[in-house]
Amino acid sequence: MPINLYIFLALALFSIGVIGVLTRRNAIIIFMCIELMLNAVNLLLVAFSKMHLADSSNKAMQVVTNGADAQLFVFFIMVVAAAEVTVGLAIIVMMYRNIHSVDVNFLNRLKN
Amino acid sequence: MNNIIDYVWLVPLFPLVGFLLNGLLRNHVSKSLSGIIGSGAILASFVVSILIFLQVKGGSTGVVTLFNFIEFGETVIPFAFQVDQLSSLFLLIITGIGFLIHLYSTAYMHDESDMHFARYFAYLNLFVFSMLLLVLGSNYVIMFIGWEGVGLCSYLLIGYWFKNIEYTAAAKKAFVMNRIGDAGFLLAVFYLINKLGTVNYIDVFSKVDALSGQDLTIITLLLFVGATGKSAQIPLYTWLPDAMAGPTPVSALIHAATMVTAGIYMIARSNILYTLSPVTQTVVAVVGIATALLAASIALKQNDIKKVLAYSTVSQLGYMFLALGVGAYTGAVFHVMTHAFFKALLFLGAGSVIHGMHHEQDIRNMGGLKKYMPITHITFLIGCLAIAGIIPFSGFFSKDEILAGAFAKNPLYYVLGAIGALMTAFYMFRLYAMTFQGKFRGTHEQEHHLHESPAAMTIPLVVLAIFSFGGGLVGIPEVLMHGGHALNEFLAPVFAESTRRMTPHAIDHSTELILMFGLMAVILILIVLAWRKYSGYQKSDAEETGLGKVLQNKWYVDELYDAVITRPVNGFGKGLEKLDRFGIDWIVNGVGRSVQYASRQLRLLQSGQVGSYVLLMVLGMILLFVLQVFLKK
Repeated sequence: MPINLYIFLALALFSIGVIGVLTRRNAIIIFMCIELMLNAVNLLLVAFSKMHLADSSNKAMQVVTNGADAQLFVFFIMVVAAAEVTVGLAIIVMMYRNIHSVDVNFLNRLKN
Repeated sequence: MNNIIDYVWLVPLFPLVGFLLNGLLRNHVSKSLSGIIGSGAILASFVVSILIFLQVKGGSTGVVTLFNFIEFGETVIPFAFQVDQLSSLFLLIITGIGFLIHLYSTAYMHDESDMHFARYFAYLNLFVFSMLLLVLGSNYVIMFIGWEGVGLCSYLLIGYWFKNIEYTAAAKKAFVMNRIGDAGFLLAVFYLINKLGTVNYIDVFSKVDALSGQDLTIITLLLFVGATGKSAQIPLYTWLPDAMAGPTPVSALIHAATMVTAGIYMIARSNILYTLSPVTQTVVAVVGIATALLAASIALKQNDIKKVLAYSTVSQLGYMFLALGVGAYTGAVFHVMTHAFFKALLFLGAGSVIHGMHHEQDIRNMGGLKKYMPITHITFLIGCLAIAGIIPFSGFFSKDEILAGAFAKNPLYYVLGAIGALMTAFYMFRLYAMTFQGKFRGTHEQEHHLHESPAAMTIPLVVLAIFSFGGGLVGIPEVLMHGGHALNEFLAPVFAESTRRMTPHAIDHSTELILMFGLMAVILILIVLAWRKYSGYQKSDAEETGLGKVLQNKWYVDELYDAVITRPVNGFGKGLEKLDRFGIDWIVNGVGRSVQYASRQLRLLQSGQVGSYVLLMVLGMILLFVLQVFLKK
């Protein structure tokens, strides 16, 4: 499969994430959109990793990395995202307890 | 204690301790205790002073070095006390009269609250301490410490009733006037260090021949500037009459025992320098005689009992400077002494009158007080006779000695001095007659409350009256009694060098006798005139005209200073204040204001909308991305 398709898919996912973050007011959906962006990046990382492995003429290099270096990054990102989710969801829970809503536009007490 | 001179530091120590005790514990000590501390400290100093005086009279003098005060390069300025004939005599005057004034104050100031009473005594003790330091110091720097100290204390005491704005203004005036003089003194000290590298009296006087005539003139003139400030001579005399704002015993202390005699002492101490610079001597004599006449003429028309005495002091100080100017140093010191007796007496007597009249000071509202205050009356009369110069009261001898010295130098000085003496007799007996003779002119309520003052006030009056009467007998002139001038012999060692270098101007005895008794006859006539004219004084609303008005307004000198110096300086200050407020302040505040304005605008970005933050963040990232792509070559 050509790399272009992967790139287009990742781009689409990322854009959906950005637009979601910008337009939605529900904190949970914003959160999901952030995850979407992270996963778009993950997809790109995995795709490029595979591509470089295939293109590489250095056999020794293939043996050493086996295309796993970028995938390691992906795991890191997933772990960090998981940690982030726990914190983020906790914040959202607190937010709901305080203002009985998850609409981020109500969070404007530090205005001006 | 075989040699009491080594313990001379006790003399200033007692008042210092008294000052610290009263000053630090002023909230905790009762009136009687602070009075005892204050007076006791001075009494202790007085006792030590007497012992020292007796020792000095026996012929021993010395310099007691406590420690080195300042050392730089070759110059060492020790913190040392010089005990000799001159300083021991001043010690007696300062502590003796100081003690009587302290004693008197315990009764006079009794209406004050505890704390202010203690504050008063603390200031008085500090005043005496500073004056003792001034007199005892063995070099010009130590003298300068005391010199500044008395200036400070006069400020504190003149402004003692600090709730009255006029009084604090008078205190400020005294301080500023003194500072002008002090600047001259300080310059003289620097000049001495520059030329001789030392400020110790002994060294300076022994090296005096190394100074050129010009240097001597500059040094002596600068020192004299200092003396005009401290001793209230033209042109810096105007603070002294205003100093009447302080409590009356303070006026007595300033005028008799401390402060104003500082200038006389300083010149008498530096007599060799002055003897060797005839230009300065002339300046001193002319300023002295001019001050004597000006102040005496003003005193003729004043109606405030204390103001008359104040101008009289200025005038008498003028006489002392005349004496210094003509080289009659002993005469000047003699007059300091007798003046201390009778001026302290007169001021304390005036205080007694003011006390009895419940703070009435205008002699037009007095009269006939001899009936109500017999002791004050008699002692005041003795003081008046002494200052007028009637034989055998003390003022006669000292004034005569000064006038004889003036006649020997230049008969013109004598004529002017004699005119001043006549005016003195006239205004003093005008004051006396208006206060004690005739009928009472005050309100009935005042008359009802009139009373003689308590013993703590009358005892000092009596003691001072005795000294005012007999104090002159230590200096009987040669013509009247051979070997009668004990003071002259006593002080001879101090002025020996000057005497050696001066060409003697002796006047023959018959001339002296004619001058002496001729003048006294005229003085007696004037006393009778003043007595008769003012005994029947009636209040009238007619305003003074012509010369009388000028005199009543003190020759308009205050107004002249106001127009020539005070107002231009104030105007300049106001101009600078405007420049500061509208120039410099505008720039400084402008910087602050513009930062504030900018941040107010910037604050609008923080809308509180999470969406807008995110949008900005995304836009920022896009911008960075674009920049990175397009600006990278």
